[in-house]
Amino acid sequence: MWTTLEQIFPYAIVFTIPLLITALGALFSERSGVVNIGLDGLMIVGSFIGAFVVSKMQAQFGGSWWVLWVGLLAAAAASALFSLLHAFASINLSANQIISGTAINMIAGALTIFLARNITGSGNIRITSGFRPFDFPILSDIPIIGDLFFTNTYITTWLVLILLLVSAFILYKTPFGLRLRACGEHPHAAEAAGIRVRAMRYVGVMISGAFAGLGGAVILMTYSGEFTGNVAGLGFLALASLIFGQWKPFGILAATFFFGFASTVANVSQVIPQLAVIPPVILKIFPYVVTLIALVIFSKSSNAPKAVGEPFDSGKR
Amino acid sequence: MNNSIKSLLAVLFGLLAGALLMAVTGHNPVEGYKFLIQGGLKSPERIGNTLATATPLILTGLSVAFAFRTGLFNIGAAGQMLFGGFCATAVGLSVDLPRALLLTLMVLAGFIGGALWALIPGILKARYNVHEVVSTIMMNWTAYWTVYYVIPGYFKGESLETESRQLPPEAMLHASWLSDMFQGSYINLGFFIGVVAVLVVAFLINKTTLGYELKAVGFNRHSAEYAGIAVKRSIVLSMFIAGGIAGLAGVAQYAGNASSLQIGVLPSQGFDGIAVALLGANAPLGVMVSALFFGVLYSGRGFMNAMTEIPPEIADSIIAIIIYFAATSILIERLFRKWKVRKSRAPHSAANKKQGEREHVDNA
Repeated sequence: MWTTLEQIFPYAIVFTIPLLITALGALFSERSGVVNIGLDGLMIVGSFIGAFVVSKMQAQFGGSWWVLWVGLLAAAAASALFSLLHAFASINLSANQIISGTAINMIAGALTIFLARNITGSGNIRITSGFRPFDFPILSDIPIIGDLFFTNTYITTWLVLILLLVSAFILYKTPFGLRLRACGEHPHAAEAAGIRVRAMRYVGVMISGAFAGLGGAVILMTYSGEFTGNVAGLGFLALASLIFGQWKPFGILAATFFFGFASTVANVSQVIPQLAVIPPVILKIFPYVVTLIALVIFSKSSNAPKAVGEPFDSGKR
Repeated sequence: MNNSIKSLLAVLFGLLAGALLMAVTGHNPVEGYKFLIQGGLKSPERIGNTLATATPLILTGLSVAFAFRTGLFNIGAAGQMLFGGFCATAVGLSVDLPRALLLTLMVLAGFIGGALWALIPGILKARYNVHEVVSTIMMNWTAYWTVYYVIPGYFKGESLETESRQLPPEAMLHASWLSDMFQGSYINLGFFIGVVAVLVVAFLINKTTLGYELKAVGFNRHSAEYAGIAVKRSIVLSMFIAGGIAGLAGVAQYAGNASSLQIGVLPSQGFDGIAVALLGANAPLGVMVSALFFGVLYSGRGFMNAMTEIPPEIADSIIAIIIYFAATSILIERLFRKWKVRKSRAPHSAANKKQGEREHVDNA
């Protein structure tokens, strides 16, 4: 049992990371008061731009290490720009945020494949190499913890974990974080206190876009290696993790790891004797059913930002 | 401005954006649209295929629109459609009955399957206030994986692992007189299911007490409760019916347009249904018209792709852009209002006020 756990743990972490960064971005958006259901589309854009930039540059520069980092940056920037569509609709035009987010998902899904087909013909874009897993020096020799957390890890994993810590610090320990959260809880009070609610919400949505773009690019550069026009619905899963994690950074960490671990277990169950006795369908639907149950349990004490999803109307009291 | 003008403007801008997209990627937009429309409407056969393509869209659009009237966002039409189609397929593959009876039973099974799949989010919403967007997404994936394992386990196809056995001819919605009328198109009885559903929903929403109550809950949950309407029951019932309609889309798709159920894919019609409902302003007739329009785009894109170099995804892109413009139609409305005010500022400011009142009525 222990060896299996040791074996699947790195995979679970790899699967968790894109979800974590995307859900973390959505935290900024929702804390500022804007529901972002367009995460899936933003991840697709990140994956597409990442694949496009990296494949072009790898053709030019070969496997230089910095190419992937340029790809990550480009993906984050592109998705942040793309998220402006959602920000504009939901902040300036008071559009229904769920419909606007759905439009984002649809545009991203259709447009990226359309462009990819124009580029490659097949609609898929391959990159020649992604990030390579490595063993953390020294730390990987620690018994138990070393095997679970520090072997076969990706550099992006650590990048995302650092972003998690930075985000938690920003949200709870800086004036900016306090203001951002105020805009999601009580925008009129925030405005009365001199905070520019709309600007804060723009920032929230754009951070969400950038992080979701990173998430999409991380999928590409760690385990998929190819842009295929979708991210297997992970954006929706990230949204569920945000709620499951009760709009808190470390709650999100736990929720996304739960999804990552459960999905990995379901994926490898057939080759592990102890798990092969359970019908795979049970393992596959397990995370979704647990989420539904968790939503019911949390329904009495939801920590959702009070004003999330409501268009801000300065004149309304 | 009334809703149909808004929708038409959104369509216009979407088509313009599509033309721009074709031009930017080095294609000829005029040719593209010519072949796109020809592909959808050139011959009776193509028209029939367009109607068949539009059928699941009519039903999923109707499902989303119906729930929306009660203030619920049914993003789970895909899962309900898949599960409804799965139930119908299961019945079609395992029950042996005279054709009319079998088809009725399959339609019923499809409705019930989809309805049950939406019932859970409905109950969670009504009793525990769990947001239906998240719960229906969870239900989508649950349906996806359930079908993914049950089809190969119990209804495996002869050659392919990834789809169910072919439905026997008597368990399919094809009718030879209909195909003959459209010169060999794969249009089938599913289209009539769509039309009947539109009529029934239109009647239900506009002419019955139940419809009135559901709409009242959609406008304002609290005042509906104050007026003595059973809000929770309305929410559950609305989701149940919406899910059932989406289930019918599954019947039309898997027992009409296709002859077997594929695994490993959530039907895209489920998400397109959101677009259809939005463009149709959540009115049954509007849903029908916008589904037919999307049907032309979807069924014509193959022909366009064959005649030009334009990738077929242009159709999806156009639809997605239309939806964005529909969602942001308030921008156009604002510009329109500003223009109106400027035009009539000095001489008739009273007429201006009247205009504002009329708009208010239109919106309601």
